[in-house]
Amino acid sequence: MSGPSPTASELAKAMPAPSTLAAAEQQPVNVLVVGVGGQGVIMVSKLIALLAQQQGFEVKQSEVHGMAKRGGAVFSHVRFGERVWSPTIPLGEADFLIALEWAEGLRWLNYLKPDTGVFICDTKQIVPPFSCRDRRPGAALGYVRETVDEVIAKVAEGYAIDATHMAEQLGNDRVANVVLLGALSAALKFPASQWEEIIADFVPKKTVGVNIEALRQGRRWIEEARKGLPHPSTVPTPAMPVHADYRVRLEITPEWCKSCDICVKMCPERCLRLNAERIVELASPEKCTGCRMCEWLCPDFALRVHLDPVRATEGAVR
Amino acid sequence: MSVLEVSVEASANVLRPLTGNEAIARGSWEAGVKVAAAYPGTPSTEILENLATYPAEDLHAQWSTNEKVALDVAIGASFAGRRALAAMKHVGLNVAADAFLSQAYIGVNGGLVLVVCDDPGIHSSQNEQDTRIYGALAIVPILEPSDAQEALDFTKLAFDLSERFDTPVIVRGTTRLSHTRSPVRVGTRTDIPGRGFLEQPAKNVMIPAHARRRHGVVLERETRLKEYLEDAPINRWEKGDAAVGVVTAGTCYPYVREVLPNASVLKLGASWPLPDSLLRRFCDSVERVIVVEELEPVIEREMRALGLRVGGKEFFPRAGELSPELVRAGFEKAGVLQPRPKSNVWAPEPLMRPPVLCAGCPHTSSFLAIRASGARVAGDIGCYTLGCLDPLRGIDTTVAMGCSIGNAIGMVKAGETRPVVATIGDSTFLHAGIPGLIDAVYNQANLTVLLLDNHITAMTGGQDHPGTGRTLRGEEAPRVDYEALIRAVGVKWVETVDSYDLAAMHQQLREAINYRGVAVLIANRPCVLDPVKIKGPPLQVVTAQCVACQACMNLGCPAMSWGKETFEGRHKIEIDQSLCIGCSLCAQICSVDCIQPTAEVRK
Ligand SMILES: Cc1ncc(C[n+]2csc(CCOP(=O)(O)OP(=O)(O)O)c2C)c(N)n1
Ligand code: SF4
Ligand code: SF4
Repeated sequence: MSGPSPTASELAKAMPAPSTLAAAEQQPVNVLVVGVGGQGVIMVSKLIALLAQQQGFEVKQSEVHGMAKRGGAVFSHVRFGERVWSPTIPLGEADFLIALEWAEGLRWLNYLKPDTGVFICDTKQIVPPFSCRDRRPGAALGYVRETVDEVIAKVAEGYAIDATHMAEQLGNDRVANVVLLGALSAALKFPASQWEEIIADFVPKKTVGVNIEALRQGRRWIEEARKGLPHPSTVPTPAMPVHADYRVRLEITPEWCKSCDICVKMCPERCLRLNAERIVELASPEKCTGCRMCEWLCPDFALRVHLDPVRATEGAVR
Repeated sequence: MSVLEVSVEASANVLRPLTGNEAIARGSWEAGVKVAAAYPGTPSTEILENLATYPAEDLHAQWSTNEKVALDVAIGASFAGRRALAAMKHVGLNVAADAFLSQAYIGVNGGLVLVVCDDPGIHSSQNEQDTRIYGALAIVPILEPSDAQEALDFTKLAFDLSERFDTPVIVRGTTRLSHTRSPVRVGTRTDIPGRGFLEQPAKNVMIPAHARRRHGVVLERETRLKEYLEDAPINRWEKGDAAVGVVTAGTCYPYVREVLPNASVLKLGASWPLPDSLLRRFCDSVERVIVVEELEPVIEREMRALGLRVGGKEFFPRAGELSPELVRAGFEKAGVLQPRPKSNVWAPEPLMRPPVLCAGCPHTSSFLAIRASGARVAGDIGCYTLGCLDPLRGIDTTVAMGCSIGNAIGMVKAGETRPVVATIGDSTFLHAGIPGLIDAVYNQANLTVLLLDNHITAMTGGQDHPGTGRTLRGEEAPRVDYEALIRAVGVKWVETVDSYDLAAMHQQLREAINYRGVAVLIANRPCVLDPVKIKGPPLQVVTAQCVACQACMNLGCPAMSWGKETFEGRHKIEIDQSLCIGCSLCAQICSVDCIQPTAEVRK
């Protein structure tokens, strides 16, 4: 255990004259941990912070977790050194970016030090519902499209690990974040034994074994990757849009409509309405995606969706 | 309890990594606080949650129905001669402001501290108002800690100042203070003996004659506070380079130190009231003065009013949270720092990942039904506010806690042509919704209230309230009977519906809307996260049958996403087994009945 080290306030009170202060100034080490709510971002950053404190450093760990539980992006800044001022890492000054999810990793890339920053990222993809919104035929998934190679080429030092897969192999997908910690442990100069000790202290007793193994595997993985061996994992490119060469046409048989309003209310794009005679009409043709909801829901078969091949309608008089 | 006591005692005078909120809790415990009350609100929530981990013999800690009641409780404890604390988020002080502004006239018997946590950057709030302005309004001191150690120290000091100057004291934090962990040297508890109730009606009963006299006392108190702050150690003058002097306070201070390690800095521990002559002397000692503060130019305006020449908001933004980058940019703009060469780091287009309702969230079906009803919807604040987002898009307005029913009355009375529905959560209903409901009955408004009872205060992380049957310390408590309460205020149409029964939900809501008068429909299902995490057997899509209509995607359930297979150019749906809790809402929507329990799908 480390002895008590002075706190920021105490240090501030005993602050030396500016000249010596500048000399004593040491750059803190900055670790940014990011991911999606529920992945354990806060747990990982707490662990790093605790370890750094045991080494006698002043540590600040700062997070914003208001929306964390609701599947939003989560991030936590860990800074440690002789003295740490700002609790957040300035843009472009992170020494390490640890990402528990692929798109979240990419979101924070510009926080890395351009010349020396190390990027360690799980290739796990968590696709938010927001990405699956577009109902037009052939629509693309709204997820990042950069490939691993593209990304790794852009950072000073980058590793894309399929940590979730490694964790599953170990029989507990919840230890993926510890695999990443293992990878970090190879780069941060704290003794390996201390990483294991702190993890044993931190996790539930039943899971100590699997967590330690996850740590070791992450460490081994990166040591090999650093030797220049080929990257053992890749990121699956998100499903590409299916080519669709047709145009949507909605056929309404007004005589069959009995004004029940079901289609109007249930149309996902809200493009239908009842006209003055309370008969259905297509109010916003540009919004209709041809999903057939109205066709299936109409009790009276008053609506039909046609997907006309584009070539046949091209040049047709409209 | 004994285990806890041992750990509490043994850990005194060592360095512990604490968040700002934990340090505030620790500080008030050490200061001998006897009664603490709060209504949850990010980022302040963990203060009371933490205080409740200290022994019950030391202090009474409680959730109150709202911030005003929480403050009233603390004021009562102060009247009774004990140290008391109320904690809230910034907007909570608006709710408590009525009591607060008159209490400022009365002063205290036992020390009275309000912890108010601002949210610059609006990480999870409805606005980013600056609490420091309440200092001028109430003529009450505001202490601003800059890190967790100061959070502890200043909280203790706040109790002392409160008793010494006979005033309530605000400790103002921000999200950054509340949720940053740094080493703190902790101490032990001082048990402050009770002072007993003091019978002094001229001080304690605010009738006009008394209040007039007290106002004078308050003004004189401010003068004494200013004198104290002239050389109080919490206002710290850090001598440095005389070319630039920076005046700052609270969580801006570390940014200033990060960016300008050599500048002369006047770090104000109290951002209200300000020590005039200290500020003058500081300004005289340097060539130029710049004020760095988050949000409103509170300090800057005061200094300008003193006739001091200072820079400030022309360099730093008035909206949003400050950061080392923004502080650096401000000093560059001011010509204090040389602009850094821009390193153009590559960053791809960020993925949109807004917060969403959980998989199986009971609020989901309410918004699906509302949407189908074509109603005009006055919303309120809670997890269910997320129902305004795609794809549910079921809320038209949201103002502040408890506004929905009043807003709905106004819409009806103004002649809104669509049926009007107010949606309000259980905690919000108890917080400030009941007066609105009584108003609706009294004024015979034709509207529907959808009470979204998920048995918890979910948005802030799952706190108990009078409807959950448990207290802050997890003990059993009486439970509000919503139906009885609602009938008692005169509502004739009250029904309860199971949120996981989509057909019943549609039907009941339609009935409620068709009823002429005030109708209240209670959507009843527990939150899937708190107090216990609910996880039933997951559902699965029979891919071969899926026609990719994506009707189920209207739920916005995060367990559902596009699969690899397609039909007519659209993606078939896949359910993430680890996220699905088996609520079956998607199966109830599916038009071709291809969403099935996992067991039945296995071939
Ligand atoms: C005046 C005020 N106090 C506190 C908050 C913080 N807050 C936001 S939502 C919420 C709880 C809402 O609970 P409930 O109405 O039960 O809805 P749920 O989140 O459970 O769906 C709270 C306390 C606030 N926004 N404003
Ligand atoms: S926390 Fe509870 S109430 Fe909030 S979105 Fe999740 S399930 Fe719904
Ligand atoms: S049953 Fe359907 S709607 Fe409910 S949680 Fe599972 S996937 Fe989501």
